[in-house]
Amino acid sequence: MNPRWRQWLFIGLAAAVLVAAVFLPLLRRSVKRSARLQVQSEEQARRELLHPTIVNSSEPRVKTSLFWASPEQDGALAAVSVQMPLSNDPVLRAKQVLDTLLAGPVDADLRTLPPDAALLEFYLLPDGTGVADFSDPMATSLPSGIESEQMAVDSIARTLEANVPQVQRLKILIHGQEAETLAGHVDLTGTFVVNTKGAVASAAVAPEMLTPTSAPGKLSQPERKP
Amino acid sequence: MLHGVRNAAVFPFLAGVLVLLTCDPVQVGVNLTGFLIPPSHQAPSATAPASQTPGASQSGVPVRPTLTPPARPTLSVVVLDPAHGGTDPGARGGAGLHESDVVVALASNLRAALEKEGFQVIFTRQGNDNPSFDDRSALANAQSGAIFVSLHAGSTGLPGTVRVYTCPDAPGNLAAPGGLLPWNRAQAAFLTLSRKLADIAQGELAKQFKGSPNSAPTAAIRQLRSIAAPAIAVELSSVSVDDRSELDRMLPGVADAVARAIASFKPVYDSWPPGGGG
Repeated sequence: MNPRWRQWLFIGLAAAVLVAAVFLPLLRRSVKRSARLQVQSEEQARRELLHPTIVNSSEPRVKTSLFWASPEQDGALAAVSVQMPLSNDPVLRAKQVLDTLLAGPVDADLRTLPPDAALLEFYLLPDGTGVADFSDPMATSLPSGIESEQMAVDSIARTLEANVPQVQRLKILIHGQEAETLAGHVDLTGTFVVNTKGAVASAAVAPEMLTPTSAPGKLSQPERKP
Repeated sequence: MLHGVRNAAVFPFLAGVLVLLTCDPVQVGVNLTGFLIPPSHQAPSATAPASQTPGASQSGVPVRPTLTPPARPTLSVVVLDPAHGGTDPGARGGAGLHESDVVVALASNLRAALEKEGFQVIFTRQGNDNPSFDDRSALANAQSGAIFVSLHAGSTGLPGTVRVYTCPDAPGNLAAPGGLLPWNRAQAAFLTLSRKLADIAQGELAKQFKGSPNSAPTAAIRQLRSIAAPAIAVELSSVSVDDRSELDRMLPGVADAVARAIASFKPVYDSWPPGGGG
């Protein structure tokens, strides 16, 4: 190779390195962005598959209280009020509020339920027991721990209490099955009291020890007996 | 003991006397579905309907008191339950921390602190095995004069804080006729004492670990539900710390605070119920 060709080759290689140095970070950024979009669209697709949109815009818009983690107090819940169309049918209404709860608050750090969990079905039994059947990620993606699991249950129970008065107790299923615990700590074999007044009247129906009664915006703290 | 319970069904007029005179007042008996809750240390709402006085049967026929009731046990045993283990690591942190490992280290610190206070300590698991919830409960329920402390490290919460939990209230009347209580609701009879222990422990921990709550919260913890003794769960926050040494630094302080709380609780346990009834 004569010196002239060698010089051109060197210049060409140097130009290629320069171009790569400029474009590689841009390329890496765009790959990351597309991967993130793909994850989001997979989650969205899964949600759409599981949930045909059940919010009917012709339904009256009502003030709805949703309970997520409090931004001010560690380990507590806070109610967020939103106006949204809600059905008068209690089962449909429960599905609507739980789907909104699962979709999460604006600040993702205040989530109480895993983003990839979905409500598979909701049933309301004649005795006022609401049966909420969640997908596997409700158990597998929830951060394990007493506090996080109890907050997850409380956020569901208190959101139902605030918006669906017909639900007196809550039974949580994971993928159609009764689970012993949510993610290793909180007991799912019984029912949780949702509507205290209604549930007390029929306590003999479900005399379980799972009673997440609590003051608004706080983790379950039943009244102490002297 | 089960034989004694069957006899109680056949000869109801002798049942109260048999139970009062021959049974250990704390661990009366266990079977697969239920057990007799002890006459001492239980909540008044769950008390067995044993209104007879020693020395007289229901039929009014005097019964010669041949045995004296055994002394009520005092608090001498602490059953420590390092949660999870084996294939169940519990909560997992980003730095590779596993709850099952952290709680073993905490249990070891707590054992030393409790033995200094004069308590006998029993572990529900050794090494890295993972007994079932009911196996752990069975071990605890077989002890006399014992309390149960379940140890956890969560994956959320303000790092450096500690919470002490008890089970929530149980609605309805949980005691079956004759005081037979289903295994899965054993804790119901001990909630009052559990709350007292939890509040003392939470108070001690709040003094030392800023940001911890001042009063003990409640949670429907599976492990506590089947414990027939005062029972609490202690949860550290959290395995999500970047550096394990942050958690390790907490352990001696948590152990000392919980041991102090249990020592302060002993007089409450020993004199329960207030006034000496039971």
